[in-house]
Amino acid sequence: MRKFFLAAILTFFSLPALAAGGGDVVLKHKDWSFNGIFGTFDKASMQRGFQAYREVCAGCHSLNYIAFRNLADLGYNEAEIKAIAAEYEVMDGPNDEGEMFMRAAIPADYFPAPYPNENAARAGNNGAYPPDLSLITKARAHGPDYLYSLLTSYKDAPAGKDVPDGMYYNAAYSGNMIAMPQPLYGDDVEYADGAETSVSAVSADIVNFLMWTAEPSLESRKRIGVATLFFLIVFTGLSYGAMRFIWADVKKKAA
Amino acid sequence: MSATKFSNPVVSWIDHRLPIFSAAEHFASDYPTPKNLNYFWNFGSLAGFTLVVMIVTGITLAMSYTPHVDYAFGSVERIMRDVNHGWLIRYIHMNGASFFFIVVYIHMLRGLYYGSYKAPRELLWIIGVTIFLLMMATAFMGYVLPWGQMSFWGATVITNLFSALPYVGDAITTLLWGGFAVDNPTLNRFFALHYLMPFVIVGVVMLHIVALHRFGSNNPLGIDARGPQDTIPFHPYYTIKDLFGLSVFLCIFAAAVFFFPNFMGHPDNYIPANPLQTPAHIVPEWYFLPFYAILRAVPDKLGGVIAMFGAIAVLFVLPWLDRSPVRSAKFRPIFKIFFWVFVADCLLLGYLGAKPAEGIWVTLSRVGSIWYFAHFLIILPLLSVIETPRPLPQSLSQSVLGGSGAMAGAAAAPKEKA
Amino acid sequence: MATKSKEVQADASQPENKSRRDFIVVATYAMAGMGAATAAWPLINQMNPAADTLALANIEIDVSKIEVGQSITVKWRGKPVFIRHRTEAEIAEAEAVEAEALRHPETDTDRVENPEYLVVLGICTHLGCVPLGQKVGEVRGEYDGWFCPCHGSHYDSSGRIRKGPAPLNLEVPPYAFTSDNIIRIG
Repeated sequence: MRKFFLAAILTFFSLPALAAGGGDVVLKHKDWSFNGIFGTFDKASMQRGFQAYREVCAGCHSLNYIAFRNLADLGYNEAEIKAIAAEYEVMDGPNDEGEMFMRAAIPADYFPAPYPNENAARAGNNGAYPPDLSLITKARAHGPDYLYSLLTSYKDAPAGKDVPDGMYYNAAYSGNMIAMPQPLYGDDVEYADGAETSVSAVSADIVNFLMWTAEPSLESRKRIGVATLFFLIVFTGLSYGAMRFIWADVKKKAA
Repeated sequence: MSATKFSNPVVSWIDHRLPIFSAAEHFASDYPTPKNLNYFWNFGSLAGFTLVVMIVTGITLAMSYTPHVDYAFGSVERIMRDVNHGWLIRYIHMNGASFFFIVVYIHMLRGLYYGSYKAPRELLWIIGVTIFLLMMATAFMGYVLPWGQMSFWGATVITNLFSALPYVGDAITTLLWGGFAVDNPTLNRFFALHYLMPFVIVGVVMLHIVALHRFGSNNPLGIDARGPQDTIPFHPYYTIKDLFGLSVFLCIFAAAVFFFPNFMGHPDNYIPANPLQTPAHIVPEWYFLPFYAILRAVPDKLGGVIAMFGAIAVLFVLPWLDRSPVRSAKFRPIFKIFFWVFVADCLLLGYLGAKPAEGIWVTLSRVGSIWYFAHFLIILPLLSVIETPRPLPQSLSQSVLGGSGAMAGAAAAPKEKA
Repeated sequence: MATKSKEVQADASQPENKSRRDFIVVATYAMAGMGAATAAWPLINQMNPAADTLALANIEIDVSKIEVGQSITVKWRGKPVFIRHRTEAEIAEAEAVEAEALRHPETDTDRVENPEYLVVLGICTHLGCVPLGQKVGEVRGEYDGWFCPCHGSHYDSSGRIRKGPAPLNLEVPPYAFTSDNIIRIG
């Protein structure tokens, strides 16, 4: 009964995954540095991805849950973070006259959104709403691969496929019609470290950056996880031994 | 139990006036337990442990959570990002819900397999089903709290079930919502109730334990313990066995929390709730999928709701549907086969619940749902009449100890303990 | 159950293995206790200030816009901080006081980084009210500083207690000038 049961449980476990998968697109799988039990973030790539976000994505997409102070995770020091924050203006107030006013951002401030509200965002984008990117890699099935595929799968529509005005053909998007125009064409950014700026390289940098924005605790989670599991496995062995010893007299009487 | 049995005078003094130590000893230490319980008997204490974990993490989460439509999603993100160890507590709570259901489902299937619901344990079983029902309500309301897309649309769909009731349906949904749609009043009251319900569950769990201790645990053979030679004290034998079981459980649980925390969740719930746009494919949490499949299998709105609640209601009357005097499936060859078919049917229904309600999936859901009810309403009553059980052993000690297989040779050994 | 365990059973029944048995059992319970204690830490630590709260634990104030003789109130860690750009007269008055004669003896130089700017917590040391004297026209008490309306404590132009029930001078928060015009509090 035991084995059968185990198999049944495992099958049941895999159900949500089966349900979540599928669809009409094939995703490109990439071996991300944050994958796996010992996965960590690639800080250099994240910094490049951050730059690409600022120069390419930030025109339309907000990053509501990220504060400038969080950039410390990317390897920036306090002075650098202050300088980055100071490049942005945020609304503060009201002042003594009751007016809202703009001031330079400080590390404790959050990234200002490109549009004041959803309606303004839709009005500026042909009715489509550019989603907030803070959680995007967790808000899509197979998020990192999905995002990477999406950014690198803009193509000319195959013959016979009619692309309506304001829509673009993307092989990785469900239904293949996406309202976001192709954001990357290659060499869209210039990296200070001289890294590659092809569409796929920049896309990978953006994915690394946005995986961090979605799950900033990923590294400590995996680190604590490894330590916890090590403890638990030792404990399991020990408690098994204790159980054998305690049960020994019962078993002996039975034998 | 006299107060003098405790050597510590303070303990003795207190126990004479308030017999908590005697009670603790009676329930957790001396409690005579059958010798031959297998690992499936670990899941009761595991469920209790998980309940405590859920309550403790839940209370700590509530310290940073804001039950308001404008702030709920953001406050959960703040827990994930800014609160010290917030991500850990939240992932434990989130995955803990799934693991609670895994543990309880195994606990229930163990009861079904070994006939733990039969006389004199009918009330024990009924109280257990009540706990299950309360758990479902709690889990449902908890899933609404992060206020993501799945939270919102799950709440909308499930509360709309009540609108199927004739005459009073609309009044009930309006009452549940505190408005004309799922909105801030709904979220706020769901939070209040989600905080309350676990403590109700604790109360019912206590009844469950009192009922359990009235006749003692059932066992893999399904025959009664006939005396002290058949039982051993709960402590240290089953405390250490439960501890070992717990450590194995924790290994699996920790692996999920630390390495696959979002595996059992749904990506759409990381999108803030939007009352104007339903996600393309909405599914409930996996533990509701079999019931969801039954709901969708019936083409009629009210019928579907009745079928879904009926699927749980039938469990309440199970002790009177299965009239076979033999408890354990070990000695019921035909029942055993149908038990596994039933398990497969539940898994099938779970699979179908995640599929779109169209084409072949609907047909399969109907077959699965009909089988589910047929198992309880036709097969079990029929089996009680036509099945010939295998002969039962004379006593627990006379039979195999320590589960199946390895120690079969021990069966004939003489007993020395009186 | 495993077949290998049979040897363990046989071993355990030997008297000399009694201590080994006890050791493993005690070690198991000890490890369980350790694990439980460790697991309790995140649950307690979550009550400590969160990262977003700590991010606001230090604030930077540009004091160049405060006119001589005026004060501003800023919120720092949920409490009001008074920053007064003192006049020559106020500075002279504060420095002229004989410190030893005071209830809470502190010289003015002990209390300021730059005599032009006085930075104090705006909380009366008596029972926690916010003293008056920040806005033009408000009562400043008998010593040109602040006056607490709750129980009548008078503070001087250095924020020192001069009259009334309060036991201590207004507290000076930890702060530093990061440049000529920027004060970093916290």
